[in-house]
Amino acid sequence: MFPLRITGLRFQPNGRAVLDGLDLEVSGEGISVVLGPNGTGKTLLLRLLAGLLPADGGTIRWGEAASPSERLAMVFQQPMLLRMSVFTNVEFALRPQALTSAERHRRTNEVLERVGLAHRTGDCARLLSGGERQRLALARAWAMRPRLLLLDEPTASLDPSATEAVERIIREIRTEGAKVLMTTHNLGQATRLADDIIFLANGRVQEHESAQRFFARPQSPAARAFLQGELPWRIAFDH
Amino acid sequence: MSQTLLDALALLGSFDHRLLEIVGLSLRVSLSALTIGTLLGLPLGAWLAVARFPGRGGLIVLLNALMGLPSVVVGVLVYLLLSRSGPLGSYGLLFSPAAMIVAQSLLVVPLIAAVSRQIVEDAWKDYAPEFSLIGIGRMQAVVLLLTDCRFSLTVATLAGLGRAMSEVGAVMIVGGNIDGYTRVMTTAIALETSKGDLALSIALGLVLMSLILGLNVAAYSVRCWASRRYG
Repeated sequence: MFPLRITGLRFQPNGRAVLDGLDLEVSGEGISVVLGPNGTGKTLLLRLLAGLLPADGGTIRWGEAASPSERLAMVFQQPMLLRMSVFTNVEFALRPQALTSAERHRRTNEVLERVGLAHRTGDCARLLSGGERQRLALARAWAMRPRLLLLDEPTASLDPSATEAVERIIREIRTEGAKVLMTTHNLGQATRLADDIIFLANGRVQEHESAQRFFARPQSPAARAFLQGELPWRIAFDH
Repeated sequence: MSQTLLDALALLGSFDHRLLEIVGLSLRVSLSALTIGTLLGLPLGAWLAVARFPGRGGLIVLLNALMGLPSVVVGVLVYLLLSRSGPLGSYGLLFSPAAMIVAQSLLVVPLIAAVSRQIVEDAWKDYAPEFSLIGIGRMQAVVLLLTDCRFSLTVATLAGLGRAMSEVGAVMIVGGNIDGYTRVMTTAIALETSKGDLALSIALGLVLMSLILGLNVAAYSVRCWASRRYG
């Protein structure tokens, strides 16, 4: 399934190129963080990889194959939780897999324990706090044992302690062998979590470096401006 | 006018046998039709919400149009089906409560299906990406969405019940309004009013309105409770 090779990826809704010939190669280990100003196609890239949208051009190769050979999961910025219990919100995601009911229950309880929601299994998921909801969404994805986990701004609008809890879970998922590809606007979070940074601007990858190198010596003018906090629309217009 | 109202209240207060019989049959027929309508309409609506096939748009337009189907037209259709010379005439159902249930079911199914289709489709737009990635199939999605939208779907079933209980044309045609056998509240009101027995008409009207109001209060309470309990 890896390396994931993206070549000339284009997405042009109504003729406007959001992704404009994006090239990228992603290894199967660690946490890759996608950074970039608003509207540069970070979420779109994840959705295209997840197969939720058809690209207008370019190719995505998963190792030697055209489609992923192993499971991938995605956690959305606003995860959809069923009006059912916390337990059911994880367990239902395992139903399409060839698992016995006992195995589904065991796995569900295990991940809920690991994300700190074991004491709330019977509660209704819609009544959880923002941080708990995101942990539940991560638990659901984790229970599926994905080889690739796509996270779209998983801590947007969470407070520092909820963010810390989510980051701890993401690290654990990575440690268990899943590749994590995530977007964020939180540069502190990117510094804490990322093994490598993929910087997008103007519909392309401007820079793909180790996190340490990216934050110490960004190579592209767009990345330098972004890290210095310049206004995103200026970046878009100037380059 | 005030004497008529007093007579109507007296009928209600005395639990008039004739009145209770009519109310009982109305409830039996309408709730049976509602059960059939719910069992068929909800899955049909949910399936239409998630399925994608050629002609789906046309089917949705047809279903929406059937919501406004005149009840007398349904009455005539069921009459033709169940009459002695009709394809189902051998069952001898015409002018029976069963025929009234069939007619009301035909009115209720499209209404419940159309409303539930809209409710489930709105939810489906939100859930579709997650379900797709998880690998949830269409039929599983139908079950999950019906469960998830269960409290909103009470609106669809209430609309169905309202349609069934207030309907008069179809049950008049296929039931025949036979005293003690197929006379329900709406047909009795029509008949008694034309005969000039306004007290019974008003008493039945009060019962009908109270029932519908009571059911709506119950449904509203359930929705409020569910909103607090399930978010």
